[in-house]
Amino acid sequence: MKKLLQLLEDDCTLTHAQLASMSGLTEAEVAAAIQTYEEERIILGYKAIVDWDRTDRESVTALIEVNVTPQRGEGFDRVAQRIYQYDEVESVYLMSGSFDLTVIISGRTLKEVALFVGEKLAPLEDVTGTATHFILKKYKEKHLIFQKQEAQEERFVFE
Amino acid sequence: MNYETILNRRIQDVPPSGIRKYFDLLEGMEGGISLGIGEPDFQTPWHIRDAGIYSLEKGFTKYTPNAGLSDLRRAISRYLKRRFHLEYAPIGQILVTVGGSEGLDLAFRCLLEPGDEVIIPTPSFVCYGPLVSMCHGVPVLVETKAENEFRLTAEELRAAITPRTKALVLPFPNNPTGGIMGRGDLEALAEVLRGTDIMVISDEIYAELTYGQHHVSMANLPDMYERTIVINGFSKAYSMTGWRMGYVCGPRELVAAMTKLHQYGIMSAPTTSQYAAIEAMDNGDRDIENMREEYDGRRRFLVDGFRNLGLSCFEPRGAFYTFPCIKSTGLSSEEFCERLIVEEKVAVIPGTAFGPGGEGYVRACYAASMKDLGEALTRIGRFVETLKKERA
Repeated sequence: MKKLLQLLEDDCTLTHAQLASMSGLTEAEVAAAIQTYEEERIILGYKAIVDWDRTDRESVTALIEVNVTPQRGEGFDRVAQRIYQYDEVESVYLMSGSFDLTVIISGRTLKEVALFVGEKLAPLEDVTGTATHFILKKYKEKHLIFQKQEAQEERFVFE
Repeated sequence: MNYETILNRRIQDVPPSGIRKYFDLLEGMEGGISLGIGEPDFQTPWHIRDAGIYSLEKGFTKYTPNAGLSDLRRAISRYLKRRFHLEYAPIGQILVTVGGSEGLDLAFRCLLEPGDEVIIPTPSFVCYGPLVSMCHGVPVLVETKAENEFRLTAEELRAAITPRTKALVLPFPNNPTGGIMGRGDLEALAEVLRGTDIMVISDEIYAELTYGQHHVSMANLPDMYERTIVINGFSKAYSMTGWRMGYVCGPRELVAAMTKLHQYGIMSAPTTSQYAAIEAMDNGDRDIENMREEYDGRRRFLVDGFRNLGLSCFEPRGAFYTFPCIKSTGLSSEEFCERLIVEEKVAVIPGTAFGPGGEGYVRACYAASMKDLGEALTRIGRFVETLKKERA
């Protein structure tokens, strides 16, 4: 049986009644569990995954490799915090390997994103270097495929 | 030309499947939802598809050995041992077929003499009766009952046996009811069969899709191995319906006979599919688990949903169908399904399509998205309310 969190991660639009049936819990138990998850920040939020390329809204996303100087006693957390406070920043991850932070930024235009990096991100005192990569096309996100999948010819079998 | 005099009498007597017309009704309807089709809604896992593609890239496009690639037969042998404690030798006891359906056809054709009787529990998969009839056999249909959780009981089996009984079909986990047979249930049947020459054709195509209880094969039971033909395949467990991959296992003499027929009628199963099937057997256990978990959630949702609408619904323990009882609506199964399509554009299949014992039930398949299942339940709920008002 799937656990509540798995079910929600796959599809957060399921109703409490559906979740209850599927997980073998009562509706009251589902509601209580979700409340706890939310309070404890195990569930951070519920968002739709949108393919903006199919709309008329202009949007660009960039992945930025950031090198930083870690701070005594705080490691990378403090500089990460200073970076993620900006609204433009979608995601921040601490990385292993040749750079320290991955920062994902979205804006309306290339220029807007480039300006953000040049004027806000790079000048931060602990940031020692950045490399910006613009995302040209999204293929898959959170297990969802962007391209419309072709359907096979309608088939009629009798089993 | 008068084709009625040309065509074989038996094929003319075989009735068309009772399922097809419901799809015809739904076809072309805007916003229709089908819970009719008996097919997984997942794509074949990518690593399995990739193995098929890779075999094409390498140029493996020739016939395989008649009984199937020996690597595949070895993989099947390991799989059956690992998952079901069944021991079959890769060479001599396993035949790779074009879907489980070919396996069924081969088994009947290799066993039956004119007039031989085959006991078939119903409701069940629509193929058994017609295939038996085409071999001049006589299908003996035995109704399983909701109060017995759609299991075949020893009494029912004993009552159906005559001196002409040649074989028993065991269609469990069952399509359409979702009934399964546990070890104890099978042991009771085995007790009836011991000392007879009755063969068992065990259709285990849904063996991987059981909920809460592991599948047991008749071939696992003492004295039953020698009389059991196990039919299985890749369609349901790995979502590989279109690859047409199945296999038959049994005593050497029987598999040899079936291989002979297979080599004349089919030559060998599709080569690309066989390479994909090796990957499924060796690295597909996790896929099965994922799909089963997914089905289990939907199963629970649909069963709860029907019960909340006031329709009693046996809790299916296997396959991916629910079989709710619609007797309380006052309609026959066929009336219910036809009106449901016309009035609410939802296709389910009347239980009567699956043989005696199906009247008063409909089959709804939960291999569909949660969104469709939810919407279908809403519409069925509205339909059931309409029926109530009509009767008031």
